[in-house]
Amino acid sequence: MTWGPIYIMTELAVTGRCRVGEAQSPRRSPDPESAVSEHDLNELKTTPLTGWHRAHGARMVSYAGFQMPVQYAGVLAEHEAVRERVGLFDITHMGEILARGAGVSPWLDGLTTNRINNLETGKVVYTAMCREDGGVLDDMLVYRLTDQEWMIVCNAANHDKIVAWLLTRAEGVAGVEIEDASDATALIAVQGPDATILMHRLAALADRTIDLDGLDFSTCFTHKGPSGRWIVSRTGYTGERGYELYIPLNDALPIWEELVSRGEDLGVAPVGLAARDTLRFEVAYCLYGHELSEDILPLEAGIGWAVRLKNRDFIGRDAIEAMKAAGVPRRLVGLEILPTQAGRPAPIARQDAEIFAGDRFVGRVTSGTMSPTLGRPLALALVTADAADSDLTVLIRGRSAPVRTTPLPFLPARVKGDPRAER
Amino acid sequence: MVTDDRKYTREHEWVMVDGDVAIIGVTEYAANELGDVVFIELPEAGNDVTAGDVVGTIETVKSVEDLYCPISGEVVEVNDAVLDAPETVNQSPLEDGWLFKVNLLDADELEDLLDAAGYQTFIGG
Repeated sequence: MTWGPIYIMTELAVTGRCRVGEAQSPRRSPDPESAVSEHDLNELKTTPLTGWHRAHGARMVSYAGFQMPVQYAGVLAEHEAVRERVGLFDITHMGEILARGAGVSPWLDGLTTNRINNLETGKVVYTAMCREDGGVLDDMLVYRLTDQEWMIVCNAANHDKIVAWLLTRAEGVAGVEIEDASDATALIAVQGPDATILMHRLAALADRTIDLDGLDFSTCFTHKGPSGRWIVSRTGYTGERGYELYIPLNDALPIWEELVSRGEDLGVAPVGLAARDTLRFEVAYCLYGHELSEDILPLEAGIGWAVRLKNRDFIGRDAIEAMKAAGVPRRLVGLEILPTQAGRPAPIARQDAEIFAGDRFVGRVTSGTMSPTLGRPLALALVTADAADSDLTVLIRGRSAPVRTTPLPFLPARVKGDPRAER
Repeated sequence: MVTDDRKYTREHEWVMVDGDVAIIGVTEYAANELGDVVFIELPEAGNDVTAGDVVGTIETVKSVEDLYCPISGEVVEVNDAVLDAPETVNQSPLEDGWLFKVNLLDADELEDLLDAAGYQTFIGG
């Protein structure tokens, strides 16, 4: 057995010990993760929590130029902690870009697929930004923090691209100032059915004027924290009730440690990037580089609900409308892999696995894994629209496995309403 | 634990010889480094294998690792129980998590494998 280019050991020098990163690994994921043999660990950016992660048994990986925890106790345990109790994520690597001025609202609305013009203060919107041809540059959250201050939260892997895009688009536009606040912002996510209980225990939020219980899904508030402004939103990427805390770097470690200690009786767990992926996958949230890319248009990826075409214009609008009129050529579908041999467990289809309707190639898996909560191999796949209702098979290491289309999401999200709703 | 009752490979497998049958599994080190195993593919009993062949896979949530056969011979038995309960490899990699047995063709091939001390050094003990 040789090692796929995922894990590095925090204690051991890797090169010479294990065959990390060698070409024979069957994984060909375009994920921005890579083995430490390709990056010197010390060259990577850290977060204020990096030392804590390493001291608490995290397996670290290089991700989007950062040293990030991929797992601590184990993917399955961390995944379960979030579904059943509460988990903590250090996602400081993500990008936070502030846009200020009287001109921001209409200007930003000209870049986003979703309508953000005249968004109420305190609201958060999920949207994509596209190229002229409709290809997705990134998916992101847009926050209206105040009347004239907005925050765009983008994927770590697309940070440089999106900053450059916004700066170029803002050139010469009156009333728009862009500030990249990513390096000054730590981001901690608190996710799980008991997230609200844990958030209530934070001393910094004990101010009686803060109505945590009244914070609706996809809304935010700002708060004067110990080291500076906090932004707290009821948002997340897990499909569970949860919050995301954007805080100054100096507040990150104290707040993380406070969450860990005050959440002990709740069974709080630190959660790495591996479980972050399995959690979002089960609720069918897109991951850029998988379900979204510059070669995929929003309607194909199933995020048409975040695309508003009527009475507005944005970069990519015409291409998207043309696709809508002509018929969307590809669709994102959910697949369950079925056993290839009676009595044997079904195999797992991974990203890029080819899908066929009979002999006809119809698309590829965008994300696939063994679903921890559902205990079955599942996949998201982009297939030609006419194949979506056919009998399909997937090619896994040269062998054909039957698949069954299954409605999305695989697991319903519980981000609104009862955090312990049965499903 | 790296014990003297078996030989080891640089691909983190152990080989325990019992007469002319070699039992093969993955080491504790491998199981820990892999993390939660969620799917295993093993060779079929009756398959002829050559030392160095890829004979199956061990999969975690995030990765797919090739399983090699360190010796040549015929696969005589496969541990069906781990196919249905892959987590056995994490719980008991050296005992219940054994993977397959091969009828040993050439005992000289065992000389190419690492002994316990050699494997311990290899993994940095």
